[in-house]
Amino acid sequence: MSSTPISNTENIESNNIHNPQTAKVAWRYKIPWLKFGLRSLSLLIFFGGWQFLCAIKFNFLFNFVFVPSPMEVLTASIEFLSKNASLHFQASIIRVLAGFGLAAVVGIILGILIGWFDIIEDLIFIPLEILRPIPAVAWIPLAILMLPNSEAGMIFITFIGAFFPILISTIRGVEGADVLLIRVGQCLGAGQWHVFKDIVIPGAMPNIASGLVIGMGNSWFCLVTAEILAGRYGIGYITWESYVTSNYPPIVMGMLAIGLLGAFSTLVLDRALRLLMPWRVMRKKTA
Amino acid sequence: MVAIKSLVETTEISIKGLVEVEDLSIAFVRDGCSTKVLQSVYLRVEPGEFVCLLGPSGCGKSTILNAIAGFIKPNHGHIYLDHQHIQKPGADRGFVFQQYSLLPWKTTFENVEFGLKIRGVPKQKRKEIVEEYLNRVGLYKHRHAFPHQLSGGMQQRASIIRSLVGSPSVLLMDEPFAALDAQTRHMMQELLLEIWSELKLTVIFVTHDIEEAVFLGDRVFVMGVNPGRIMEDIRIPLQRPRHLDDIMTSEFTQISRQIFHLIRSETLKILNLE
Repeated sequence: MSSTPISNTENIESNNIHNPQTAKVAWRYKIPWLKFGLRSLSLLIFFGGWQFLCAIKFNFLFNFVFVPSPMEVLTASIEFLSKNASLHFQASIIRVLAGFGLAAVVGIILGILIGWFDIIEDLIFIPLEILRPIPAVAWIPLAILMLPNSEAGMIFITFIGAFFPILISTIRGVEGADVLLIRVGQCLGAGQWHVFKDIVIPGAMPNIASGLVIGMGNSWFCLVTAEILAGRYGIGYITWESYVTSNYPPIVMGMLAIGLLGAFSTLVLDRALRLLMPWRVMRKKTA
Repeated sequence: MVAIKSLVETTEISIKGLVEVEDLSIAFVRDGCSTKVLQSVYLRVEPGEFVCLLGPSGCGKSTILNAIAGFIKPNHGHIYLDHQHIQKPGADRGFVFQQYSLLPWKTTFENVEFGLKIRGVPKQKRKEIVEEYLNRVGLYKHRHAFPHQLSGGMQQRASIIRSLVGSPSVLLMDEPFAALDAQTRHMMQELLLEIWSELKLTVIFVTHDIEEAVFLGDRVFVMGVNPGRIMEDIRIPLQRPRHLDDIMTSEFTQISRQIFHLIRSETLKILNLE
């Protein structure tokens, strides 16, 4: 009897799988720099269109008469950056990271507990569901009353923004554990702990990761709300303060700064989470 | 031939693997309605025997296997493995599923290693055993690949050795090759028989494919429907070791034809009902 291992020619097929999705995007990469060019063009159209609408004082449904043009925003930004901009950036970034970090820790731990133990779900899930739809701005009075200082209040508001998406995604991820894979573990002798650690948690990780990415965006989303409480520093504070004093260009500058910081931190977080899940990164490449 | 070493070290394994199913009945309740899936099934599988459960879909063949695995509790009757009453899943029964079931976040090596790791086998020993099995089924080269990078046949080979590294007394297989193309399936069948003859463990193999059942089994239990039960226990007298071209012999065809007629009447029953 021959016991030569079966040849591995079968795996060649995996390289030749027709995939409509890759077929669709492939043409874009045939011309070098086309993708980069298209993306630069999207920015040009966005800012150019905005400048144009301001220049002609567009006023139909939307009124652009009082909207600062990109050039005015740029001037305001240069002026802002030449002063003590870093203090404002630093204050906001620390608040968002603190709120988000707390939300990640509490949201993931609570989410795992609620998803895994029915009794904990019964004990705390309904109150959390009632708190979930409450917008961050509605928490401001309570944040002032409950927390020792405005700094803690601001962190609390950014926490609220990130907490619920992380919590819900974690619960879904844990509850959605694949029964087939749990059975696989049981047949290999895995007890509760190994099923939980080696099957349920890794299976929930993609869900938890998307909760974190959404949560990061939401934390920035709540920044202006949070910094209504601020006395001196913060990008959100600048935005709100400029509105109160009718100084319009810095409002748009603040909005854009929050957008940029939010997009950038989400991108960094997304990349970092992918490194934690090498099996998913590779799937994306081959699929 | 490179027989698997761990077998040679532990020869007493060959006397393990007696499976007894006594008066097994299972009913599923759906929307308040109870449907009888299995009625009074008796089975006795001797240690080291290769038996196939064969029947049309809906005959409850997978249900028997799931009950032996301990995934579902019988409404009535008992299952014993080496005289031990089966209550829940355990490492003494390996299981190979029809669907690809490698853990997506573990490499081939880590998947195969998993059962040994749970049991606390030291790292160096684990490596030896796992690499030996990987070599045996031609997956050594792919030990660092993730499951989605493997073909279907490779994934099933990994699943098979994953369930074998812990030296279970019985291997339960639920249509493990059903999703593979014909050529790969034939190769897998031959490979399975080779490994089985080296390890001498009990195999209970569920399939709806007559040719597959006759080619693999010492015995084939032909199952009927409504309710699911065992109709016939057919001994397959074909000599071992068996090779793929055996399926073209007249002896093989004769047995297959006999089973074909048995199953046909059961399949017609299902069709008439619908």
